Amino acid sequence: MIFNAPFISVMILIIFGLYAMVFRRNLIKVVIGLDIVESAVNLFIVSLGYVKNGIAPIYTNSPGGAMVLPTPQALTLTSIVIGVATSAMLLSFCILIYRYYGTLDTRKVRRLRE
Amino acid sequence: MSVWDFIITNAPALAIAVPLLGAFLTPLIYRAGRKTALIWVLSVLGFTEFLALLLVYLVNTYGIQVYVFGGNPSTLAIPPDSGGIPIRIIFTVDGMSAFTALISSTIGLVAGIYSVASEKGRGAQDKFFALLLLLVVGMMGMALTGDLFNFFVFLEINSLSAAALVSYRIHGGKAVEAAFKYAVVSSIGALMILFAIAILYGEYDALNMAMIAERMYQTGFSAMDMIAMALIVVTLAMKCGAVPMHYWVPDGYGEAPGEISAMIMVASQASLYGLFRMCFTVFGLSANTHSLGWFLIILGLLSMFIGVTMAFLQHDIKRLMAYHSVSQTGYMLLGVGVGLATLGTSAFNQYGLFAMEGGIFHILNNMLYKGLLFLTAGAIIYRVGTSDLNKMGGLAHTMKFTAIFYLIGALAIAGIPPFNGFVSKLMIYESVYQLNPFLAVVAAIVSMLTLASFLKVFHSAFMGPKLYNVKEVPKSMLIAMGILSFFIVLFGIFPNIAMTYLVAPAAHALADPVGYITRVLGGGA
Amino acid sequence: MMNPFNPSISTPSGIWNPLVWILVFLLSLLIAYVIYLKGEKQRKKGMQEEIFLSGNKADGNTHIKASNIGWGYLEAMKGYYKLMRDIHTGIINDYVGWFLGVLATMLLIFLFWGGVR
Repeated sequence: MIFNAPFISVMILIIFGLYAMVFRRNLIKVVIGLDIVESAVNLFIVSLGYVKNGIAPIYTNSPGGAMVLPTPQALTLTSIVIGVATSAMLLSFCILIYRYYGTLDTRKVRRLRE
Repeated sequence: MSVWDFIITNAPALAIAVPLLGAFLTPLIYRAGRKTALIWVLSVLGFTEFLALLLVYLVNTYGIQVYVFGGNPSTLAIPPDSGGIPIRIIFTVDGMSAFTALISSTIGLVAGIYSVASEKGRGAQDKFFALLLLLVVGMMGMALTGDLFNFFVFLEINSLSAAALVSYRIHGGKAVEAAFKYAVVSSIGALMILFAIAILYGEYDALNMAMIAERMYQTGFSAMDMIAMALIVVTLAMKCGAVPMHYWVPDGYGEAPGEISAMIMVASQASLYGLFRMCFTVFGLSANTHSLGWFLIILGLLSMFIGVTMAFLQHDIKRLMAYHSVSQTGYMLLGVGVGLATLGTSAFNQYGLFAMEGGIFHILNNMLYKGLLFLTAGAIIYRVGTSDLNKMGGLAHTMKFTAIFYLIGALAIAGIPPFNGFVSKLMIYESVYQLNPFLAVVAAIVSMLTLASFLKVFHSAFMGPKLYNVKEVPKSMLIAMGILSFFIVLFGIFPNIAMTYLVAPAAHALADPVGYITRVLGGGA
Repeated sequence: MMNPFNPSISTPSGIWNPLVWILVFLLSLLIAYVIYLKGEKQRKKGMQEEIFLSGNKADGNTHIKASNIGWGYLEAMKGYYKLMRDIHTGIINDYVGWFLGVLATMLLIFLFWGGVR
């Protein structure tokens, strides 16, 4: 049961993030929700590769014992880098929208309606 | 080893490496002047196009191409000490991949030629061309890769560069708003795909599509697979703009510059490729393809009908065309969905395969005429300065070539023979009505409404008294539109060329997941 | 093998050959021209040559704005378009909401309409 804790927290985080994206009326909060979902997915990938009492997969002459899977960590690293790029771009869009519209309310940021 | 041998051996990798390197060198080379940078960008795009053509030739001649990064030789998919698992990143190029790579690089080249004149005198062009090349990288990568995580990375490259390009002209904040919406929905979608990839990785301990499909077939389709499949299929359907997840499409396409709209339209066709690849190759052997096919058919019907009816309402030329891309995507989903729903039954050989060929042919045709229409819309906006159809009129008096090109595109999209749109629509009508006549009825009605709304654009933009005293657009824009028009007429009069070399290999490759899997897992030799 | 000068494609219930279509099209143009030549020579001048727009006399410079084209169709489909306008809110939260809704629908379809083949 205790080893399912990471997966349960992943689900809770994803639900929190999606709640923020669907119900929060502020563009910055939408971006925050997206980042929460992203952290949850990263946590999920890392916890997939966890081995009980494993050591970090960075030794050439390992001291022995099981190693944690390195592939999920490499995937997470890539995903974090992509996430940083996404957040930076979205937040800079928010700055520009605020500069031109004077608001960050999602109900008002819809001049493209129809 | 001569240069020629080197290119042939490494063609799949070069098709990504050349535009990627070109993208990051563009801002540097731009320091040496705009002309030098343009020559650089166009030669990179031209070489990419050549590589895509080479891939099509190689696939048609020698079958599925497998390229292993870091493998020695580069076709060694399963190293002897790996325990039978393809551990390296593998590019697998079959007919459908080569087809998608070809249309991606073609629209990139055309957009590059077009933007020589259309972007002249605007700021930050070094970044513009770098992003344009990156968008080509994203599309090509999605088409060529055989690795799920790699697919996610290229999907993100695709969406990030496309969102940045949408916001390139700020347009009073509207373009930024569109780019924000596009980026948010693409990012949440990409995260869902990553989540699904993690589920599949945790279950099958592999990232290679062929390996996952093989192990899924052996162990049976589990509940977790179902969740992963739903995440991947729905996200990719959203990325290709299927109703009811199409809301970002009119925003994104409508606010981007003309040539970028054409490119994003093809970028969403790359997502469509991803959708088909996942449905057929990864899940096709294990999942219930009948209900999955019907899911695609229903999405396709909704997209066709709601897309075209919403398009009729619009009075912004780009938004109107954007809704039409939603409706055209519906045709492809319908055609290939019928193929998927009948996969494995006797009906597949009677009409299913033909429906798939129609859907895939429609991807090619849509790239040609929709790209052309977006380019003509860009040309109109370039001269008139507004995208509002209510303020336009009488442009055919002076912009004669643009009017002719527009007419070719409009007739092609409405399915008037002898242009290319008719052929693929005929193929779709004739095959889908055998599954259910209602499908063909909706498709035919949608085609009529398409013609009506493009007549509306033609009348209000080109006909009537001369309201603007404008000149014809510069030569490079005309050349770009001319290339697409040439292929529209060519594939309209000689559809068998496209059928033999592009469409039929693509449809057969999709319909044969076992061939794909054995080619990769059989050592790739 | 493909013959470039015979561009016909056989469909499940027929055949499509663009060159034949073009020939028939040219032939029908010719027939139309012949009929045109055989037309009445003594036609009357006057009202017949004038341009009318919805019953009003128009000079050559009238231009219908894009939003007015297809008015009858839009009026007939008023209810449908009201629904569609209400759905297309343009709010980013709704975009994400629709995506999640379709995701849930897809899962339900597969739960109740067959998962394993």
